[in-house]
Amino acid sequence: MGSDLAEVVHVGRDDYLATVASYKASGFEMCADLCAVDYMTQPNRPLPVDVTPERFEVVVNLLSLSQHRRVRIRVQVPERDPVLPSLFELYPGSEAMEREAFDLMGISFEGHPDLTRILMPEDWEGHPLRKDYAVGRVPVQFKEAPGPR
Amino acid sequence: MSDWTDDPTGGDMGEATSTPTGERDGPSGKEGLTLPSEVVGEPEAKQAQAHELEPDMSQEEEAERAEEEAIEKALVAETSEGDQELSPRSATPKVELFKEAGATLRIPEGSDSDIDVEVSDDQTMIINMGPQHPSTHGVLRIMMELDGETVLRTKPVVGYLHTGMEKTGEELTYVQGATNVTRMDYLSPLNNELVFSLATEELLGIELPERAVWIRMLLSELNRMSSHLMWLATNGMDLGSTSMMIYGFRERELVLGFFEKTTGLRMNHNFIRPGGVAADLPDGWEEDVELICDTIEASLLEYEELLTGQPIFRGRTEGIGILDPDTAVALSVTGPMLRASGVPWDLRRAMPYLHYDQVDFDVIVGTYGDTFDRYAVRFNEIRESIKIVRQVVERMPAGDYRAQDKKVTPPPRARIDESMEALIHHFKVFTEGFRVPEGETYVAIESPRGELGCYMVSDGSNKPLRMHIRAPSFVNLQSLPVLLRGGLVADAIAVISSVDPVMGEVDR
Repeated sequence: MGSDLAEVVHVGRDDYLATVASYKASGFEMCADLCAVDYMTQPNRPLPVDVTPERFEVVVNLLSLSQHRRVRIRVQVPERDPVLPSLFELYPGSEAMEREAFDLMGISFEGHPDLTRILMPEDWEGHPLRKDYAVGRVPVQFKEAPGPR
Repeated sequence: MSDWTDDPTGGDMGEATSTPTGERDGPSGKEGLTLPSEVVGEPEAKQAQAHELEPDMSQEEEAERAEEEAIEKALVAETSEGDQELSPRSATPKVELFKEAGATLRIPEGSDSDIDVEVSDDQTMIINMGPQHPSTHGVLRIMMELDGETVLRTKPVVGYLHTGMEKTGEELTYVQGATNVTRMDYLSPLNNELVFSLATEELLGIELPERAVWIRMLLSELNRMSSHLMWLATNGMDLGSTSMMIYGFRERELVLGFFEKTTGLRMNHNFIRPGGVAADLPDGWEEDVELICDTIEASLLEYEELLTGQPIFRGRTEGIGILDPDTAVALSVTGPMLRASGVPWDLRRAMPYLHYDQVDFDVIVGTYGDTFDRYAVRFNEIRESIKIVRQVVERMPAGDYRAQDKKVTPPPRARIDESMEALIHHFKVFTEGFRVPEGETYVAIESPRGELGCYMVSDGSNKPLRMHIRAPSFVNLQSLPVLLRGGLVADAIAVISSVDPVMGEVDR
């Protein structure tokens, strides 16, 4: 399963909500997944010609239970203004997923009822899944192994 | 507090507990003497009195107190979790209350007619359950607003087990990746490995030998059995049936024993890998699997007697925590919970992966969507899994257990001793890994908890650019405010258990 069943659609930020709404109207009852991707290291990735690559991308997976179909909606979100309208009114199930994307990638969702951090502590600084956020390491000091006596 | 007033020593105790620092001993001691005996023991009254006495205090004391207050405030601000918590009713606008405000997930539009927005703050109480509570199955913290014993609003607060596995996944090669994802949902590790491997293979575009696919199905179904048995055990424990807990663990151990024999580990196997599985099934696996199936099938009849037919169990689960199908779909609920609500959606049937389209099994669907239905769906899914496992045993083809693609598959162990090239090849696969063509894909499988998805983006290197896991527990947990609303606190335990959250997967 996968590529043959799922269609991928690129939309602009302005048409995002309208496109999702039209998919919902055409029988995609469930928002299966929503996540954000940071393409900081891939500015020249292959995209359809009419799509301007931006640093962030939000990927929404819609699922149609009646037609057994999936559609993947990809939206480019610029680095300077990482804001998207929230899908909460259309799919209440996107609530926790949008909070996760906000928490880990720093994408704001306008109209989300409770946009707070969900996995990281409230006072955490930064958004860990961004590519410019270094992987934390706990320094380990290797001591000389103790001798036999 | 009322019995303190009668007890002369109680007054002293109250005084001692309400003075936080040594510096305040002097003035508060005086207050204690001046106060009438009825209010001595009441800390709130005493604090009010203390405020009235403030003008009499010297400027130094006042400054000291202000400083202390500032420190205290700063400390509170530092340790406060702020917005993540359930906010008091007075701080929540009415529109938000209609949307089941402050909850991780709200009731969708249209079903909010019964929400009691007229309840005021002083009638209700917000209590905290967890993160350390035996019935929350890990470190789930639930804030509940109670009116007497009735639950009004609920907010699950998660993240206590967050270990940044998605970030870690970007630092590990595709070869190492399976060791990472297997630790997410620790009750069905093989399903995690499976979804990761399927996503990687989809990007690689490699075909698997038949035997590898059937081995994966066998392990996936055995894992579903062990996961559901574990759920039966913990659910039994939550409802007071300790014997069910012991039985569930006992039967699960049979399955884990087989996993140990096959993969070397009871959990966190790293057995299903991109390109196939790590090793062939052990000798005599058919008898082992047959024994597991027979034993569990027989003991399911016992459990049916123990739980299904038991009036107390039925009384505690029937009609409790009802989730109607429309709400379930709106809240993206999947898996046994969705099926219990009456939606016949099982990815194994609806969008078959592996060879689920070639085996015969039933999709179990509930009617009422209550806690009992969720129990019954999981219970009968064990039987369906047994059915699938038996067919897999019958149809297991001979052949290779991993793809013979030199890029992905390391050489067999015996070749390493003979050939330098094989040694280099082996070393390369396990240190550098293999490169995966640029692309993105989303693969979903039916885990014991629901739709387990993996969204993988590759930039053409040996590590994924992004590895996102769509965790079914994380999404299903959103339905908790809806399930608990209007029920009793005592039922909350049964309802939380029926969602079957695995916190390792929720927090990742």
